[in-house]
Amino acid sequence: MKSAAFWGALAAIFAAGLALTGVVENEYYYNALYLILQATLMAVAWNILGGFTGYVNFGSAGFFAMGAYTTVALNKALGLPLPFLILAGGAVGGLVGLGLGYLTLRLKGVYFAIATLAMAIVIETLVNNWSYVGGAKGSYMLTPEKHLWFDSYIQMLFVVMLLLTLAAVAVSRMLNASRLGRGLAAIRDDEVAAECSGVPTLRLKLISTMVMGAMMGVAGAPFPFFVTFVDPVSAFNLFIAVNAIAMPMIGGTAHWIGPVIGALLVGTTQEIVKVTVSSEMNVLIVGVMLVVFITLAPQGIVGVALKLWRGRAK
Amino acid sequence: MLSADLLANAVVAGILLGGFYAAVAIGLAIVFGQLDIVNIAHPAFIIVGAYIAYILNSRFGLDPVLIGLAAAPVFFLVGALIYRIYFLAFERTGQESLSGLAFFFGVMFIIEVVLILIYGVDYRLVQADYIGQTWSLGFVDFPLRMLVPFAVAAALTAGIHAYLSRTFMGRAIQAVAQDRLALQLMGADPVRIKQWAFGLGIATAAIAGSLLIVIGPVEPSVGRQYIGRVFAIVVLGGMGSIQGMFIAALILGVVESMVSTFVGPSWSPAVAFGVLALTLALRPAGLFGRQ
Repeated sequence: MKSAAFWGALAAIFAAGLALTGVVENEYYYNALYLILQATLMAVAWNILGGFTGYVNFGSAGFFAMGAYTTVALNKALGLPLPFLILAGGAVGGLVGLGLGYLTLRLKGVYFAIATLAMAIVIETLVNNWSYVGGAKGSYMLTPEKHLWFDSYIQMLFVVMLLLTLAAVAVSRMLNASRLGRGLAAIRDDEVAAECSGVPTLRLKLISTMVMGAMMGVAGAPFPFFVTFVDPVSAFNLFIAVNAIAMPMIGGTAHWIGPVIGALLVGTTQEIVKVTVSSEMNVLIVGVMLVVFITLAPQGIVGVALKLWRGRAK
Repeated sequence: MLSADLLANAVVAGILLGGFYAAVAIGLAIVFGQLDIVNIAHPAFIIVGAYIAYILNSRFGLDPVLIGLAAAPVFFLVGALIYRIYFLAFERTGQESLSGLAFFFGVMFIIEVVLILIYGVDYRLVQADYIGQTWSLGFVDFPLRMLVPFAVAAALTAGIHAYLSRTFMGRAIQAVAQDRLALQLMGADPVRIKQWAFGLGIATAAIAGSLLIVIGPVEPSVGRQYIGRVFAIVVLGGMGSIQGMFIAALILGVVESMVSTFVGPSWSPAVAFGVLALTLALRPAGLFGRQ
């Protein structure tokens, strides 16, 4: 995609989102859209490490919850406004991501994946025992009175999430197309060979884990205001981690557009199923779609589309 | 604060718990330790085993451990089938690392959600005469709901160890782990052997599941707490070593029991991961490593 077209598309989507808040009043749509966007942001973030660099992160829910609990703690302690909370969530996620990056020095492949899962459970245990943010009981959040010029707070949250997601997509695209992204791809294909060819593997991996962690922290930061009641069960939900893995795998991991396609497809399906069938079924669907896709089309939708396109070109 | 009887009880409870952990981890010690298949869905299969024990126990009043033994052959067939799919989709095309992981992650999630859809998130338990009883030796308690799983798990571990080291098929499984190509040159089919071994690993999940529900009530998401434990045990024991796995399970059981007694039960889930992280950082080959 050409640069101008890409930025134009982003601006158009954002404008459409803003216009929507002027037309539609029903809060349900903003709820549904917020969840889809949150999942997209998580999928884009996961893909930066999982898809571009080839390190599987099972602990996405841990990063997400760190963002959410940073908001809970700072909101309780200082009452900061939302933009600062989002920045703080991103900073905490990024720092922990950096730590995770150093872990890749010792742990490769499977062991890294298990370590991320371990990290998420250790953080969950810490939060469960941290009474200031509510511990295992959870804590309530008051929705702030002010919501700029929007009709309701959820409308504003939706626009904020839209902006964050678009920004993440832009970052992901830049990483994918840049020299840095080619370095990451080299690590994914063969880390030793990449190191031997002069790719600064450690630095690139650190950037990759840090960007992933920061994005997931950012995704989690507005969450407490969205649900108004946070407890470890909802913030560390396995569903979040499964979505973050399933969406890029279904869409295709090698290209920046893959997680976006996967997230929009799976997220929309989930919301439709939630309304028409039941909210438990929408959880099941993502698991089934994940298994079916990686068994039958391991390259994802983008991979299949590229294959078809190249086949026709010949 | 630190009294002798409290300490003794914590250690004994930890050893009994650790023995049970061995039954939980032994399937993974075969599948992950010997075959290098990262079956993170293994605890989910254990939960399925626990639910089968619950269903048959509440319907017909059968003994949960016997149900587990009876369900093992069925689990064996299911495991063989899953390995077939795994082989065709991932191993044959050399994509087992990333896609295979995600595959088992998805399987784990599907099992959990299906169980929740059918049985809800209520805790389920089984009835058996021995579950409420306790033997006492001086001031140390041996609750039978822990002692029976310990005995069954120890027998299972001994049986699997004998099977792997004495029988032809068991040695073939170890040979696959050591050198797949050499095995092929001897005219054996590694895929068939791995399929057999994977089935064996899943079959142990039926027994471990029945032990799990003897120890305490079970709900679908309990399995997740065991992911860290089983991998910690297999890695600490040294990939593929059955004796090492058993000792590692006892160590983890004792440490968890101590933390639970002296620090607080809400901290015990983090113990397994602490052990795992320390092992990976300090001695990745484990206590009795295969390399």
